[in-house]
Amino acid sequence: MSEILVLVEQVEGEVKKVTLELLTLARSLGTPAAVWAGPGITAEAKSRLAEYGAEKIYVADSGDIVDYVVAPKAELLAQLVADKSPVAVLVAATAESKEIAGRLAVKTDSGVITDAVGLGEGFVADQSIFGGGVNVRSKVSKGTPIVAVRPNSTAPVAASGAGAEEQVSVTLSDAAKAARIVERVKQEKGARPELTEAAIVVSGGRGVGSAENFSVIEGLADALGAAVGASRAATDAGWYPHQFQVGQTGKTVSPQLYIAAGISGAIQHRAGMQTAKTIVAINKDPEAPIFELADYGVVGDLHQVVPQLTEEVNKRK
Amino acid sequence: MNIVVCVKQVPDTATERKLRSDDKTLDRDAADGVVNELDEYAVEEALKLKEAHGGEVTVLTMGPGKAAETIRKALAMGADKAVHLSDDALHGSDALSTSYAMAQVLNKVGFDLVILGSESTDARTGMLAAMLAERLGTPQLTLANKVDVEGTSITIQRITDYGYDKVSASLPAVVSVVEKINEPRYPSFKGIMAAKKKPVETLAIGDASIDASLVGLGAAWSSVVDFAAAPPRAAGTIVKDEGDGGTKAADFLASKKFI
Repeated sequence: MSEILVLVEQVEGEVKKVTLELLTLARSLGTPAAVWAGPGITAEAKSRLAEYGAEKIYVADSGDIVDYVVAPKAELLAQLVADKSPVAVLVAATAESKEIAGRLAVKTDSGVITDAVGLGEGFVADQSIFGGGVNVRSKVSKGTPIVAVRPNSTAPVAASGAGAEEQVSVTLSDAAKAARIVERVKQEKGARPELTEAAIVVSGGRGVGSAENFSVIEGLADALGAAVGASRAATDAGWYPHQFQVGQTGKTVSPQLYIAAGISGAIQHRAGMQTAKTIVAINKDPEAPIFELADYGVVGDLHQVVPQLTEEVNKRK
Repeated sequence: MNIVVCVKQVPDTATERKLRSDDKTLDRDAADGVVNELDEYAVEEALKLKEAHGGEVTVLTMGPGKAAETIRKALAMGADKAVHLSDDALHGSDALSTSYAMAQVLNKVGFDLVILGSESTDARTGMLAAMLAERLGTPQLTLANKVDVEGTSITIQRITDYGYDKVSASLPAVVSVVEKINEPRYPSFKGIMAAKKKPVETLAIGDASIDASLVGLGAAWSSVVDFAAAPPRAAGTIVKDEGDGGTKAADFLASKKFI
């Protein structure tokens, strides 16, 4: 049986959408087995994983796994790779899971591919590099392929699996317990979806003009159920918090719909959003490079266009 | 405190970046080389820690001869000395090979703290610091936007989706930093002049006990099957706002079933 391990991403017991995408992808290439790393699995989470095709759910519910940075999860996966001989390991291409993938690759002497936007036969991965300028297909040539797949790379499709639970006990090495998490600080972020996972992202840039004016961007995002992003110009100016920066030195997003308001579209920004499926741009400058990417562009003042768009969205809901 | 800060020369994002058609590796001649931006934050953090706690800052880079420019910049900012791992055998190394080679050098030169930028702007794998921690058997303190050292203990704020984790460990450790942890200083004229006299040790793989069969393109754990320039996106519809731009954009979103 060609089992594919999928590391589950979850927030307070709720399975994240990207995990359902990975299960969907794994189903097309083998038999998905979900790996729950840490305490707090719920009946609801189990049925969700089964609903999207997990034949097995490996549960390692020791608190130690989440009390230390990254290394315990890599040890857990390495143990499962040794015990279960999967044909591949899939993780989400988040900052933390890429680190887990990196350590796992060292431990298992296996190749690793990051930021895949597609995965096909023979675990050949599609990547979009250099700010979206070049499409690459790559594959692992040694060990068990480890692939970090970007959120929104595929649409999650339900198809039920057995969801058979198997408890896994893992004995962590001292080295894995070297960086201890002493406190988790949750910052207010409201009800909006997470930036890298969101199906729709609305971003504001220099054209927004001030921190107060970001309420215009947030208004449209909330009407669409979207996440809010910002260009570097906006975060450098202090108009919006840095963790929402989309671009080369910030987050990379790959949503179904990306709306760029008051963003010129410099290469550094494009590097973070060019794989979006549909792009809408609103900018005063008809020469702005963002229009080269846009499926739909409005040349105009975002302070007029965006509130009108928000109103229309709310009207048509 | 003996701090080693790892820096990488990357192709300037503002120039056209390419892969080589012959061996499918980065074409380093096609674009101007610059210091990876996030590494400047790493250098600044190393210098600040040295200023607060004393010690020495060593710059480490792996790359061809041209990468010496990147070393000079870090030395001009204020680092004390540098190690340049440069060997044709390293050409085409992937993240696994790179982490192996750099870990060998770090074991040779010794360190209390290794600091890196959290990712490079060219490969963007974001894995190197974690891989180094794994190979060196030291605590992984990555994605830091704040670093505090007290004696032999170190605490960072690790950025997360929900805010941050406060993480503690003992030195020696590997730290990676994110943008905005500090404001990297500009090299002063005096710094630039002084950098010319600072020691730079160039190592070939044999000098750091690096096994040639574990580095370079031939040893890579993954490979590029093929690549192509991304097809240009189909030209979109661009309209001028005549007082109805928002309504028209809503029509477009409705046509695509977003609303």
